[in-house]
Amino acid sequence: MLNIIWPIFIGIAFIYALLTGNVEKVSNGIFDSAASAVELTLTFFGTICLWNGIMNIAKKTTLMSKLTKMLQPAIKFLFPELKHNEQAKEEISMNVVANLLGLGNAATPLGLKAMETMQKENPKKDTLTNSMAMFIVLNTASLQLIPTNVIAIRSSLGSIAPSGVILQVWVATIIAATVGITATKIMMKKF
Amino acid sequence: MQIVNYLSASAIPIIILIILYYGIKEKQKVFDCFLEGATEGVKIVVGLFPTLIGIFLAVGALRTSGILDFIIGLISPVTNLLKIPSQILPLAMLRPISGSASMGVAVDIMKQYGVDTTLGMITSVIMGSTETTFYTIAIYTACVKVKKIRFVLAAALLADLAGMISSVIICQIMS
Repeated sequence: MLNIIWPIFIGIAFIYALLTGNVEKVSNGIFDSAASAVELTLTFFGTICLWNGIMNIAKKTTLMSKLTKMLQPAIKFLFPELKHNEQAKEEISMNVVANLLGLGNAATPLGLKAMETMQKENPKKDTLTNSMAMFIVLNTASLQLIPTNVIAIRSSLGSIAPSGVILQVWVATIIAATVGITATKIMMKKF
Repeated sequence: MQIVNYLSASAIPIIILIILYYGIKEKQKVFDCFLEGATEGVKIVVGLFPTLIGIFLAVGALRTSGILDFIIGLISPVTNLLKIPSQILPLAMLRPISGSASMGVAVDIMKQYGVDTTLGMITSVIMGSTETTFYTIAIYTACVKVKKIRFVLAAALLADLAGMISSVIICQIMS
């Protein structure tokens, strides 16, 4: 996707600048942007490594399996068709927990495994089942306890309260997830 | 407002405490685990860096050329009516398509208008509460070679839209 969008952005920006006489600004900006990418990466470095370290401890404890158990009622509600597919349910819960803890790198492989497990029982191999659809929508909803990336950016930009957005993020995420789940439940009956 | 700030600020220390408690209780070498994870973090950041340079170049060019302001000016009558700050529109449009591109745009907005302003808060909450929808759908369907994704894109984009609108409303209420 970026192979198309990226050159278009640069193309229209440069052409617009040439036409409106802003070329000098754009030309100076080219090198500024490289410098600010370095700046951001440097400040990013600390937070991301720190959080990855902390969450790696969580991964090694039974915390994940405990959270997975707590999720059971929710999983039952969201995936009624997986009643007898224990393996799929477990992989789904682990994916959700990994997402909640901000372990993006662990969440994706778990999620893909869950998809493969559900595909085994899919009667129409080229079409998503209801459960698969629900699972994907859930994964696009960004359920996360701590929005680490956002906090990292905010602290790198000198915010007085980098973590002051957590509650707002929770509310917005829950609303987004609720809308996604409701839409999925309604649309799976019609399409 | 103070309670909200206090709760927000306590979330991270509390979660770290819980994790450390479990680590020690289950006799894990917590510091070694930490180092292992942090090393993995280095890889993530290094992998992100080239993308960020590319995105900053494109976003920076859009802004300095003046075309971003021009487009924002065109759409602002509609957004003003809905009380949405028009500056977040580029972010809203890029967010479902590319994670790193939207991150570049978000940083750009917060640099220009301030991190702790209402606009900066809205930007942060949008980034934290939405996901790279297109990418997620693509990898999850590609791995099982499913072609017919039914209503999934519509439902996911609807969720994104709801997340973005609530981000705007929450931040405006709380500021």
